[in-house]
Order: sequence, then C-alpha cells, then structure tokens
Amino acid sequence: MRQASGKWKATAAIASIFAAALVAWQCAPSAPKGAKKGPANASDQSVAAMKTYVAPGDLDEFYMFASGGHSGQVYVYGIPSMRHLSTIPVYTPYPATGYGFDDESKAMLGNLTWGDAHHPALSETNGDYDGRWLFINDMNGRIARIDLRDFKTKQIFGPVPNVSGNHSGSYVTPNTEYAMMGSRFSIPIPKGKVLPLDKYATEWKGVLAAIKIDPKTGTMSLAWQILMPPFDYDLGDAGKKVSDGWMFWTCYNAERATGKLEVTASQRDRDYIAAVDWRAAQKAIDEGKGDLIGGVKVLDPKKVPGIVWLMPCGKSPHGVDVSPDGKYIVGSGKLQGVTTVFNFEKIQTAIRNKDLTGDEDGIPVLKYESIKDAEVAVGLGPLHTQFGPDGYAYTSLFVDSAIAKWKLGTWEVVDKIPMSYSIGHLAAAEGDTCTPKGKYLVGLNKLSHGRHLSVGPGQPESSQLVDISEEKMKLLYDAFTEPEPHYAQIVLAKTLHPIEVYPKEENKNPLAIWDLKDAGVTRAGTNVTVKVVLVRSTITPQAIEVNQGDTVKIALTNIEQTTDELHGFGLLDYNINIVCDPGETKVVTFKADKPGVFPYYCTNFCSALHQEMQGYLIVKGKS
Amino acid sequence: MKNILAKSNRFLELPLDLGPRGLLLVAVLLLVPSYLFPLWTLTMFAPQYGDGLRMQIYSWRLDGGNGGQDIKEINVLNHYIGMRDLTTADFTEFKWIPFVVGILALLMLRTAVLGKMSHLLDNVVLYLYFGAFSLWSFAFKLWSYGHNLASTAAVKVDPFMPPMFGYKKLANFEVYSYPGVGSYALGLVAVVLVLAMALAVRGGRRLSASAAGSS
Repeated sequence: MRQASGKWKATAAIASIFAAALVAWQCAPSAPKGAKKGPANASDQSVAAMKTYVAPGDLDEFYMFASGGHSGQVYVYGIPSMRHLSTIPVYTPYPATGYGFDDESKAMLGNLTWGDAHHPALSETNGDYDGRWLFINDMNGRIARIDLRDFKTKQIFGPVPNVSGNHSGSYVTPNTEYAMMGSRFSIPIPKGKVLPLDKYATEWKGVLAAIKIDPKTGTMSLAWQILMPPFDYDLGDAGKKVSDGWMFWTCYNAERATGKLEVTASQRDRDYIAAVDWRAAQKAIDEGKGDLIGGVKVLDPKKVPGIVWLMPCGKSPHGVDVSPDGKYIVGSGKLQGVTTVFNFEKIQTAIRNKDLTGDEDGIPVLKYESIKDAEVAVGLGPLHTQFGPDGYAYTSLFVDSAIAKWKLGTWEVVDKIPMSYSIGHLAAAEGDTCTPKGKYLVGLNKLSHGRHLSVGPGQPESSQLVDISEEKMKLLYDAFTEPEPHYAQIVLAKTLHPIEVYPKEENKNPLAIWDLKDAGVTRAGTNVTVKVVLVRSTITPQAIEVNQGDTVKIALTNIEQTTDELHGFGLLDYNINIVCDPGETKVVTFKADKPGVFPYYCTNFCSALHQEMQGYLIVKGKS
Repeated sequence: MKNILAKSNRFLELPLDLGPRGLLLVAVLLLVPSYLFPLWTLTMFAPQYGDGLRMQIYSWRLDGGNGGQDIKEINVLNHYIGMRDLTTADFTEFKWIPFVVGILALLMLRTAVLGKMSHLLDNVVLYLYFGAFSLWSFAFKLWSYGHNLASTAAVKVDPFMPPMFGYKKLANFEVYSYPGVGSYALGLVAVVLVLAMALAVRGGRRLSASAAGSS
C-alpha cells in the first residue's frame, strides 16, 4: 500500500512537471495578440477588391503625387487602383524621358545629380488644390516646380543661400503666394563660413525662407529669410481660413545639442513649433529691413520683433498640420504617446497679452498651457495628421505602426488600424485642404518586411490604401511604391487638365523645324548646328558628318501631333539619350571628341518600322 | 414624223407653272449645303485608334477630325504602304465642283424666271450628268489612291479599292465610308428636279388637253 502510494506520488510529480511544462509552453504565443489567423473574411476581401478594382480602360478617381525621397523623383499613382501611372523626374537624370541629358534640363539640374524630395505641395486657390503646379522640396536647399499641364519639371530654384538641409519645405500658402522652406541642419551662415562645433548653440544658425510664386507663371523667386536659433526645422504647414497669413514649422533639438543627437537632442520634454506671421515678414522686407547675409536679406527677429513666436510642443515634434477650418494646429511629438492640439484663437490671445514663458535668442516663447486645447492620446510615435470631410483627423503612429482616427473638438480616439509597417506620412484625399474629400487614405510605410515576393535584401516601401468612408477604417490594398515615399498628396482627377501633345503653334524654340526640307547641318567654324526632324519612322538627316573637336548642337523636333507618338534619340558611346514628346523640341550640345562612326536611333518604340529609325554620326578624325 | 417633231417642239415650248418654278427655287436652296457640309465622310478604327480617325471631304477641301490632325495621321500611316499623301491640292475636284454647282444654280434660277420646259429639261440632264460624273470622279480618285502605290513602299499590300459606301476591313483598320449631309442634299436636288419635271409634264398635258378641247 505504501509502495503503491509512493508510486502514485511519483506519477503525480511527473504529471505536474508535464502540466507545468505545458503551461510554460503556452506562455509564449507564436504571433502577437490581434494578429490575423488565416485569410481575412472572404466577403470583406471581395468588398475590398471591388473598391480598388478599376476595370481595364477605366480611369481612377484620384491622382496621388508621391515624393520619391532620395530617388529625386515624383511618382504618380491612380487611386483607388494604386497603379503607378508615371514618373516625373525632378532632381535626378532619368533616361526614360531623356531628362538630365538635354541642355535645358541639364542646366536646371546644375552640378547636382541627386536630390532628396520629401514634401510635394499642390498649388492652391482659397486653400483648395487648383491643379496648376506641384512644388517639391530637395534637401539640397532647392524647390522645384512641376507644371501639371504637361507633368514636367519647369524650374528648380536654388540652392537657396543660407538654408541648409531643406526638409521643412515646400509647403504652399492658401493662395500659393509662397512655397516655404527651412534648415533641418543648422550651420554657420553664410555657407562657406566655418565655426567650431562648440559654438553651435550660440553662433550656428537655422534659417526659414519664403519663396515667392508668380501667380501667373508660377516662377519662383526668393521673398524673405528669417534668422533662427540652431534648432532642426523639420516640417511645416500654412495656416488657412482663420489662420491664413501664418506659417507653422516644427523643430526638434531645442537643446541646441551636437554630437550623438539621438540622445543629446532628446533631452527636453518640449521643443517648439515656430509660428511666423508671413505678412509681417513680407512687410518688414518691403520696408527694407533685414541684414544682407549670403547675398540675401535676412530678418533677425531680435531686431525685427512681431514676426516669429515659439509654441512649446512635446516631444521632438515632427509633423504640424492645420485643420480644414484653420482653427487647430496639430503638433505630433514623435517621442510621446499624444499629439498636441493648439488653438489658433488662443495663440493670438497669448500673443496679444504677452502670455510668455521666456525667449530663445529674442524670440518670445508662448505659454504652453495658454495655447493648448488638448493632448490627444493617439498612441506611440505620432508623426503626421490628415483630415476628413466630417471633422475627423487621422494621425500616423510610427512606433505603434498604426493610424489613429480621432474627432476634432471632442478629442476622442474612435478607431485604430494597424499598418504594415512603421508608417511615416499618410495622405488622405485632399486631406490637407480646406475641403477634404474623405473616401481614401494612403499610409506611406517605411518598412514592408516581406509582404511581397522576395526581391532580395533591398526591400521596397509599402503604401497601403485605407477606406475611410465609414466609421471603421478598412485596409483595402497593399502597393509597393518606388523609393522612397515620404509625403504624398491626393487630388481629384477632374481638377487637372493635362495636354496630350504640345501644340505646334506653342513651340517657340528657334531651332524647331517642321518640314523635312529644313533638316540638316550648318557649320560656323567649329560650331556645328544640326536640325533634326523626328517623325515615323525616320530620323532626318540620316547621317551627320562632323570633325573631331567640333562643338555639336543637335536640335531635335518631334513633329508628330498624335498622342503617345514619342521619339527618342540615343547616341551610342556619347552618353546621350533624348526623348521628345509630340510637338516638342529638345537641344543637346556636346563636344565630338571621339572620332569614329556612332549610330543614333529612336529609343522610344514608336511604330512598326521603329527599328529602322536610325542614322549615323560620322566624326572624322584629325589626320 | 413631222407630227412628232411639231409635238416635241410644242412640248419644249410649254411654259412652266408656279409648281415647277417653286421646286426649282427649292433645288437651288438645296445646292447650298454642298458648300457648307461634307460630301463624304471616312471613319477608320483600329485597336490603337479607339476614338477613330476621321476625314471629311467637302466640295472644296479636305478636313480631318481632331483639328485636322487625323488627316496627318492617316497620311503617316499610308506612307508605309506607299500611298500618296491626301492633300487638298491633290484634288482638282475641289476647284471645279464648287464652280459647276454655282453654274447649275444659275441655270436653275434662269429656268425659274423664264419658265420654259426646254430649260427645265436642260437642268435635269445637266444635273444628272454632273452627279454621275462626280461620283465616277470620286470613285476613280479612291481607286487611284489604292492602286498607285509606290513600288518602294516598306509594307507591300495588294492594290485595293477603298470603300465608297459602307464598311471594309483594310489591314488592321475598319473603314467606314458614307455620304455626308452635302451629298444627301445634292441627291435631294435630283429628286426635286425630277419632281419638277413630272409636275411640268403633267401641267403640259393639262394645257394641251384644254387647248385641244377649246379648238
């Protein structure tokens, strides 16, 4: 009996060890809570499929203009299909369209062959997109203008003096008076000046700048600059409606730290949003105020008060976004779990009442408690906010890898949707205008972590289409966008009216010719001008003879007036490839320094006899 | 024989009633659209040309759809098979047709004023000849374009007759060819002239019957 009881005890002990092991085994699940097990509900899938399906031949409802980040380009997508429609080269040569190879675009690019384009800004009239131009910043202190009549880059302005690391551009004001820019990396100014790093806090400077936009032509010119403390000016948004006339820029590193910034610039609980009264700034410049630095007039707020105020905002704020009615300014501190909502009226009252808590290099700092309306508990790592037509706001959460939907006024978070993965910007349909359209929102994610066929270690970015037409947000579609989307803007397709060919009568290029009889070579000393006609399926002339050492200027006119009849001109061994759209003339100048025979041919497939569209550049050697 | 000649002479000398004279004025008005509207329209569809390429032939010029661009496109395509360019200058018809239509209008007005059977008969015969000749000339033009193909053409096709009326499949193109408003009006002119003739003949018979009765 005793023996039996001993046996029983041993069995119980073994059983309990197994039980404990089983409990331990269950402690670590194989997937996180809330992770989807198995495929999504089939009816949900078919609803999502129908919402994103654009039948062959049908057109999308919206354009999305996505920044291409350090690819230097702008990518055009159709929404809701998420189809990539076109690439607009801006800061980087793009042989596909010949951009950066002809004289004009080469001159526009200058000596730079890369750019880092983050924030597209569609031109606006009364705070709504008007479909005329698209502006986009480049970290190398530049802003470019794309004409949406032909989807071509027309001007690259800059590098602008004194501005260093133009991340905080190219936000436009509600009537496209200005595109704004600023320094993310403060430096000693003017550029070229060298100061030791230990003078960073006192003598290095940040600069905010306004680029004036000609209302008729869109031509950019410098309007004014403001000298700022050496913070890192990160993102911006222009006030609208009640807050029209104001510009808001976030900054981190109010610590004025150097070195290992991920630590040293993250010490304070609050950094700032700089609020700039841009009409006051323009008035000061018009009155001749400001100091000449780097060849341009710069306003020093210490000497010219009444232009800039600082709004404390926690913590290391990234995005700042103004609500459609202009009443609220939403600052998203990326190192905290709340997004901060400021009230424009309260800001104005605090300015009037001098409700201040100090200053930074003479710039007054407004009292946080007096201007803040709410701290909305959206989740971890809030970055950017977009708006719907119905009083809802959508905030991207990098750390939580999600989007939070919350209500303006009640500050209640009503829904959250996970993003795959680590969302940066988000773009709702016209979600930064006075009249957001709702319906769709695109999460522009930094990581895709293999949610696609493997393409090796260099993984594409993911952009996810979300349905925001109902109370609950619904994920509709995964797209893998060209690197690297930062901000994007979504505009109703019917707002744009692009042309399909360049009308012959608009071509004012003095070297343009329209008749095969006018094609040929003319020589003035060692300068050779070649007028070339491109039309199906011949390049005229079919042979060009020059001497080694000649400077050869080739003017190519595509005399087609038919849609989609593009012709290329690839010149082998001379690193030249031009593409002319119907009705377009492009000019390329080069030195014929290599003797020999060099085939040229149409690179852009045009017709059944495209292969025959070829000729020879004959460079006769010096003998 | 003498009798017949005398009868014929009497007939040709018959005066015209208000009816035939009115119809002649209608016929003159119906000549006007041939200056304003196309005589013939050609429409071509291909997979790459879903919106179609359109050509309108007026009495005095060629016109293309899409602001004239379609003609250039048709010529670009035709050059691959060695067809001559379609140009306004290539059509002598554009010079003589408007002139002849004007002459015919004047002759019809003359008949309406002078009101004699023989003039009306002239009008009918001349007009029908003009119509038949124009149609033949147009058909011959189409035939020539389709048959005089350059021997050096990149793409060799058998000589062909483009459709004059209706549909024909040519290579990757569906070609539709139909008369335009101008031609329909010209057709109506013929109908009105024949009607005027019939009325005049009936009126003539009545006249000779009453003359016979009174004698």
